[in-house]
Amino acid sequence: MGPLIPQEIITGQWDFVIALLIGASFGFILEASGFSSSRNIAGVFYGYNFVVLRVFFTAMIVAMVGLMYFSYFGWIDINLVFVLPTYLNSMLLGGFIMGLGFVIGGFCPGTSYTAVAIGKIDGIFFAVGTFIGIFIFAEAFPLFENFYTANDLGPITIGEMFGVSNDIVAFVFTIIAIVAFYVTWLIEKRVRKNMTEYKFE
Amino acid sequence: MNTKSDKIQQPRYINPYFGGILLGLLLLATFFIAGRGLSATGAVKLSVTKVVETVAPAHAESNPYYSMFLPEDGGSIMFNWLVFGAIGTLFGGMLSGVIFGRMKKFRVEHSPKISARTRLIAAGAGGILFGVGSQFGRGCSSGAALSGTAAFSFGGLLVMALMFGVGYVFAYFFRKLWI
Repeated sequence: MGPLIPQEIITGQWDFVIALLIGASFGFILEASGFSSSRNIAGVFYGYNFVVLRVFFTAMIVAMVGLMYFSYFGWIDINLVFVLPTYLNSMLLGGFIMGLGFVIGGFCPGTSYTAVAIGKIDGIFFAVGTFIGIFIFAEAFPLFENFYTANDLGPITIGEMFGVSNDIVAFVFTIIAIVAFYVTWLIEKRVRKNMTEYKFE
Repeated sequence: MNTKSDKIQQPRYINPYFGGILLGLLLLATFFIAGRGLSATGAVKLSVTKVVETVAPAHAESNPYYSMFLPEDGGSIMFNWLVFGAIGTLFGGMLSGVIFGRMKKFRVEHSPKISARTRLIAAGAGGILFGVGSQFGRGCSSGAALSGTAAFSFGGLLVMALMFGVGYVFAYFFRKLWI
């Protein structure tokens, strides 16, 4: 049955309405979870607030396990779901740079939009920064065009990489997430006891 | 410090696990409908392309990066799924902000240990890094780390691990910004 748009079960004219609705739900959930505040987000790196880890990992395992169920029941053709291709060198560097940006800026692009939405000027600065960053990247692109596509592994899945089925991957991630939820809950309790500046807003 | 008035002023957030389940179901629904996940930086990439194309069309066409995103049929760059998604994200954030009473006048949120100016510089610098990084990484936290990994992409997992891992490695050096 699914995915609907790639199989043209939903026609093109509805695309943008759907995109708008999905985007709105995304923004609503991010803001309602507390991601419009950089201090909430950065807490994941200092142990005083693990909301990022909780929301992110819960979402990931729900979607992973959900995809497996949908595929099992024949509701979705998993082969038509986009698997982000792996460009080893470029993605390692990209992840590294974003990690730096994360701990310095306290947002990621999606969360910065929700900060902008409720009037945070730091969110605006972050979002404008993203724009400038992409501009710099694109202007300098001819310099590292080869690096950008080097070590192209194609749309390889985690399961294929480690020689197991993706059901096992979903299961392992679920276990890791549950352990992480518990351990970070313990850490957070301890760190918060010694903190006075942060009001957990 | 933890007086009653502080508690009343605490913003009301939804339970993070509940938020995570909602986000996971949304992501699943997006896979089911569109065959691909959520994105945040894609819209910015297209906006940059649009601005450059408007200001210097010849330059946009000759640049190997921008030219990837110029529509072949001469249609508008901005009339795109990603752009509508990002506009939606902004409105969804506003709606939540209004409902939970966090929509206020313009302000800078920062640790009491740093000035608003320092926070703004850090936010801008973080944004620039994310802009550059997301292009190398084929997506940001939404497109690569979350949607990529949830669809079992190995590259998505790499980006996620690096993003959080590097954050922890460098957290010590930037602690003054936060704690």
